Amino acid sequence: MSESLVVHPALVMIAGALLLPALRGSARDAGVLLVPALTLAALLALPEGDLWQMQWLDYQLAPLAVDKLSRLFAIIFALMSLAGGAFALRQPSRLEIPAAYLYAGSAIGVVLAGDLITVFLFWEFMAVGSTLVLWSAGTPGAWAASRRYVAVHLAGGVILFAGVTGHLLDTGDASFTRMQLDSVAHWLILIGFLINAGAPPFSAWLPDAYPEASWSGTVFLSAFTTKTAVYVLLRGFPGSEILIWIGIFMIFYGIVYALLENDMRRILAYSIVNQVGFMVTGIGIGTEMALNGAAAHAFSHIIYKALLLMSAGAVLAATGRRKCSELGGLFHSMPLTTICGTIGALAISSFPLTSGFISKSMVTQAAIDGHLQVVWLFLAAASAGVFLHAGIKFPWFVFFQKDSGLRPPDPPASMRWGMIVFAFLCIALGIWPDPLYALLPYPVDYVPYTAAHVITQLQLLLFSGLAFFVMLDYLKRTPTITLDTDWLWRVAGPAVARVFAAALGKLRTALSGEIDHGFQSLALFISRHRQPDGLLMRSWPTGSMAWWVMVLLLTYLLLYYV
Amino acid sequence: MKIHEHWLDDPRNVKKLWRGFIVVLALTVVAGGFVDLHPHFEIERWFGFYAAYGFVTCLLMIVGAKGLGVFLKRSDRYYAKDEDDE
Repeated sequence: MSESLVVHPALVMIAGALLLPALRGSARDAGVLLVPALTLAALLALPEGDLWQMQWLDYQLAPLAVDKLSRLFAIIFALMSLAGGAFALRQPSRLEIPAAYLYAGSAIGVVLAGDLITVFLFWEFMAVGSTLVLWSAGTPGAWAASRRYVAVHLAGGVILFAGVTGHLLDTGDASFTRMQLDSVAHWLILIGFLINAGAPPFSAWLPDAYPEASWSGTVFLSAFTTKTAVYVLLRGFPGSEILIWIGIFMIFYGIVYALLENDMRRILAYSIVNQVGFMVTGIGIGTEMALNGAAAHAFSHIIYKALLLMSAGAVLAATGRRKCSELGGLFHSMPLTTICGTIGALAISSFPLTSGFISKSMVTQAAIDGHLQVVWLFLAAASAGVFLHAGIKFPWFVFFQKDSGLRPPDPPASMRWGMIVFAFLCIALGIWPDPLYALLPYPVDYVPYTAAHVITQLQLLLFSGLAFFVMLDYLKRTPTITLDTDWLWRVAGPAVARVFAAALGKLRTALSGEIDHGFQSLALFISRHRQPDGLLMRSWPTGSMAWWVMVLLLTYLLLYYV
Repeated sequence: MKIHEHWLDDPRNVKKLWRGFIVVLALTVVAGGFVDLHPHFEIERWFGFYAAYGFVTCLLMIVGAKGLGVFLKRSDRYYAKDEDDE
């Protein structure tokens, strides 16, 4: 097959994103659906291997490299764009979908890149695309959040760039392969990747920014940045033990903050960090089972998280409210949204017959196979905690609990279809996991449906549910937020800057006072001698001249004799 | 007279749901006694381990979150105030 016939799927998506603003009416609607469909077609047509290669400076680049892992992520990104595009079809902002496609195309570019330089380029395009998605919400809150968002991501990009440059200097090889944590450059690359994954201490960028996007924008945002980070960690740092502990921290951070949260979309944003934590832990364990589990979980996570955020988006679009304390009882008038949201909630909780069950359990199984009892105990507790913070909490407070009296209808057809397709996929993958297993990077030797697995998982989840209802009084929502690390750059940083600015201002006033005073005395001194009648300017009588000459001569005479 | 819009609005039905839930809970624990759960770690051999572990860890997570909330909770206008000032 000739190389020139190979079309880069990321470029299809990005070209589509640039063309879409020119289209109007039904042509535009068709375009919104066609662009990701064509991207998917281009992707499925690709054979495996380094398809595009080029020389740049001294480095061999591979802007298009396909293997099972990269194809898996590119497929789910294209599918996500298709369903997200359908869901966002009636979004009034004309900027949002093109921006989302630029963002999605760049994410596909990252996962299909065979070298670090291409990875970095698309990485930065992703930051641009996602910031534009945030902007297109058009609210002051979104504008402020997008400034913080882009600052964190550009900082992450600088760290990644430093790492990549160091790696190129150390090895002279640009290809993106597994790296050991043996040099500063590789640590910098890891940190750059982890910032996008939502790892501590920068995790706060995610729940800060994502919930500020429009009702459809958040659906796109939830999918690409963190999962691209999971992909690059899978390829670059599998089996790095530190990732196990970072992942476990992320898991419990997500649960605790989501439990305290009142904004329905911030609950789901914290649970993204929680779910990515499972993937990062799997990458840290690093066995074939664990890596398969992390990849499969990323795939099913994108679907159910988008579904959850679509149902939240439908509620936001219909009611204009986002706080649990102002919602409730919506199942009366939004039955379809309630059902779809609940399916997403069951899938994120890994209930049997949903996609979460067949993917997340591979990570847990890998911990068991590796005899990692402590890790396994954490993961089991976390599985129960997911049901607690997202699986029940989200549908309960949004669709059930007290009746808020709101009776909005289910959303329009385009939004309904986005939800229906993803709800179907959540269940279909749960019942019939083999097509997903066939796409995973390593051969799958795992049977999710054993009596033991189903019973133990049900015990864990249902008793977590019991805990939720027993403790319901303690979980009542209050109109509060919980301080996170973004406090450091939203309050502490500016406060320190203000203190410094005030101190500097004082110092400057004091210094400039001194300097002014010095100049003034100098000026006074000069003018005193040079003004009319000053020492140097006054006219001297001839007599005094003769007197001074006499003084000089006498002094000379005196010196002559000495 | 209060009109029930939906069968879930009737407290009697909610009570039935609760009873059903408790029966299902009991069933999952009982079923664990009849099926070989292939325990890998010693702790898994305890009867009803997963049920107890799920319940207790969730209680701990809620208590832990509430404890953290004591220090970190703020009004949801906390940042908005700063931004209004700008």
